[in-house]
Amino acid sequence: MSGTLVDENPTDEAPRPEGRVRTKRIVTEVPSAVDRRFNFITMAAGISVLVLLLLVGLFLLIQSSDALGETGIFTFLTRTEWRTDVQPARIGVLGLLTGTVLVALVAIVIAVPFSVFCALAITDYSTAKRRKWMVGVVDLLAAVPSLLFGLWGFLYLSDKIVPISLWLSQNFGFIPLFKTESDASLTGSIFIAGIVVALMVLPIITSVVREVFSQTPPGEKEAALALGGTRWGMIRTVVFPFGKGGIIGGSMLGLGRALGETIAVALLLPQVPQKIGESIHILQNGGATVSGFIANRAGADSFTTSGLLAAGLVLFIITLGTNMIASVVVSKSRSGAGVDI
Amino acid sequence: MTVTETPAAQAAATRTPPAQRRRAPRRPREFTTFDVWILLGSLVSAISLNWLVFYRFTVGASFFGFIVGSYLTFLVIFAAVTADRVGRLVATDRVMTVVVVSAAAIVFIPLVLLVGYILVQGLKALRPNFFFNDQAGITPVMPSTSGGGYHAIVGTIEQVGLALIESLPLALAAAVFLNESRSKWRRPVRIFVDAMSGLPSIVAGLFIFAVFILPFAKSGNPLFGYNGFMASLALAITMLPTITRTVEVVLRLVPDGLREASLALGSSRARTVWSVVFPTAKTGMTTAVVLGIARAVGETAPLLFTAFGYDLMNSNPFAGSQESLPLFVYRNIRKPDISAIERGFAGALVLLLIVLVLFAIARFFGRDRSKSKKRASRVSLSGLKSTFTPSRSTASPAKEASPS
Repeated sequence: MSGTLVDENPTDEAPRPEGRVRTKRIVTEVPSAVDRRFNFITMAAGISVLVLLLLVGLFLLIQSSDALGETGIFTFLTRTEWRTDVQPARIGVLGLLTGTVLVALVAIVIAVPFSVFCALAITDYSTAKRRKWMVGVVDLLAAVPSLLFGLWGFLYLSDKIVPISLWLSQNFGFIPLFKTESDASLTGSIFIAGIVVALMVLPIITSVVREVFSQTPPGEKEAALALGGTRWGMIRTVVFPFGKGGIIGGSMLGLGRALGETIAVALLLPQVPQKIGESIHILQNGGATVSGFIANRAGADSFTTSGLLAAGLVLFIITLGTNMIASVVVSKSRSGAGVDI
Repeated sequence: MTVTETPAAQAAATRTPPAQRRRAPRRPREFTTFDVWILLGSLVSAISLNWLVFYRFTVGASFFGFIVGSYLTFLVIFAAVTADRVGRLVATDRVMTVVVVSAAAIVFIPLVLLVGYILVQGLKALRPNFFFNDQAGITPVMPSTSGGGYHAIVGTIEQVGLALIESLPLALAAAVFLNESRSKWRRPVRIFVDAMSGLPSIVAGLFIFAVFILPFAKSGNPLFGYNGFMASLALAITMLPTITRTVEVVLRLVPDGLREASLALGSSRARTVWSVVFPTAKTGMTTAVVLGIARAVGETAPLLFTAFGYDLMNSNPFAGSQESLPLFVYRNIRKPDISAIERGFAGALVLLLIVLVLFAIARFFGRDRSKSKKRASRVSLSGLKSTFTPSRSTASPAKEASPS
């Protein structure tokens, strides 16, 4: 479109005003030298982002080959313990992955309903002025660094949640997930970590869901109201079906963030490798996540570091996959076509 | 029964004498003083009932249980009363309104608690000397007000500044590529930028560690050891997608007419972007940069494997491990002694203030942009708006005046 536009079928060599044959003009772009450089530079920048992400995976793989080679990829993926104090070291990522997934699931289960209601409150239950405020507060929640959430959760919220954990374990202890051992400490549990991570993923899910809800065709909403529906009836029959893809995609995006959440979880969970296998008791002390475990072992010996890089590679692949599926789900759904996530 | 009044039903209702009418026709959204009393009454009765159950008849239930129990009881009572008054459908609508509004309100509570908690704890140890001293000669027995985080602040500024220098050109070029070019590579690049913004920040740190620090560990070259420069590279990776995506959104808002006018005048694509698109989107791009900085300032995880942390002043980012504000907080609150934890809170307060200020700046520029945008590009829309705004402002005094 820029540069010089060249008419490939020049017809104006000889002026022939009568019987001029109308040939289809084929317009092609012949960029000028400046534009060629410009196109090259922007293209290179775009491609380099792509390459950068591939390089991340590649270098993690190369540098973790020590640990992966010695342990074996399959063993590494399926072993739950992580012991470097024995010879040979027995390291595996499955125990860490279990903790990671449990924390993320707890976070998502808590965050998604709140996010959907919050998004509804912003799009359908508030005036324009209040909407601006609420969007600001949700954005602010997203701006608070993970470290501060972890700090607050570790030293303040944890004590407040322990009674809830106690109550859950006393009354719902028959559900295996909520069972605790008789004399177990209830601080530093996956449940508490999940609540704090829920607060961190909530703004991400809310913003996607809000964007999707706000694109509900006004005609359909008005039609529902004109047929005599209440506001909730309108939301149930128009907004929710329309925004279903956005809710699912936003939740998956939140799941991706929750899986990679590092510092808060590093502070909140004990990250003790010996306890990894028992992390299925979500209400009691114990559990480790991939990212938190890595963070707590910065500066370890070379074999452990190699193992950590392997764990990082696994985390990288899982979060990348989750995020990509999420963006595909959002962009493929009817509501999410023009939504940035 | 009276939930949705069809016109015919309304007409019938007005025709019948008021004495025979069981319920007055009403709109589902109408919220009268009586409804407020119902709301309050349900709330009071729910709290009383739960107080009776939780604190008189049973013991050992926590305050949280009491709150949750009261809330659920309140919903049930409110639903029952409303259903009896205006029917099931409107009652559902009312209850869901209460649920949605209260869920949104609950979300704000943690934010208030968090900011308040860090403010209270941080002020205990935050003294002016925090900004002028490092941790030289600090022992666990010394009070938390001694020493400071000067070295951490310097480290943060250097690392984030370097990260911005490294990531900004690439991010801008990538955003221009995504928005201004016609390349078929745009879609994969966009997907990868999206995926990159979800990249766990610790992986960015691990990547820099694996590429630069680990292979050169034995060479002893300080440039490829733990230092601020490596930290800035890791931070640049975390900033890159944030800036790229925000800038791309801003560039998309630039009206195509401006681009076409520039191209029609014979300027090149590069000149169009440089002289037309960028100046138009300037404030939005500032917001993007500020958001990128705000994201990078609070990142701790990528620094663990790159800057590593250091208790003393190290103003050279290219050699030797360096402290930064998040690392200072993280390292201090993990120490066993109380004075260190309090010092960590002082650092956390400074960090929170920096983030809040950056957030306010971003909001300020963001708002400025949206206003000027509407005025510049959407003439008809801005005209509409200007007709709306005064009419609303004149309507309200008229409304107030009419009863009197």
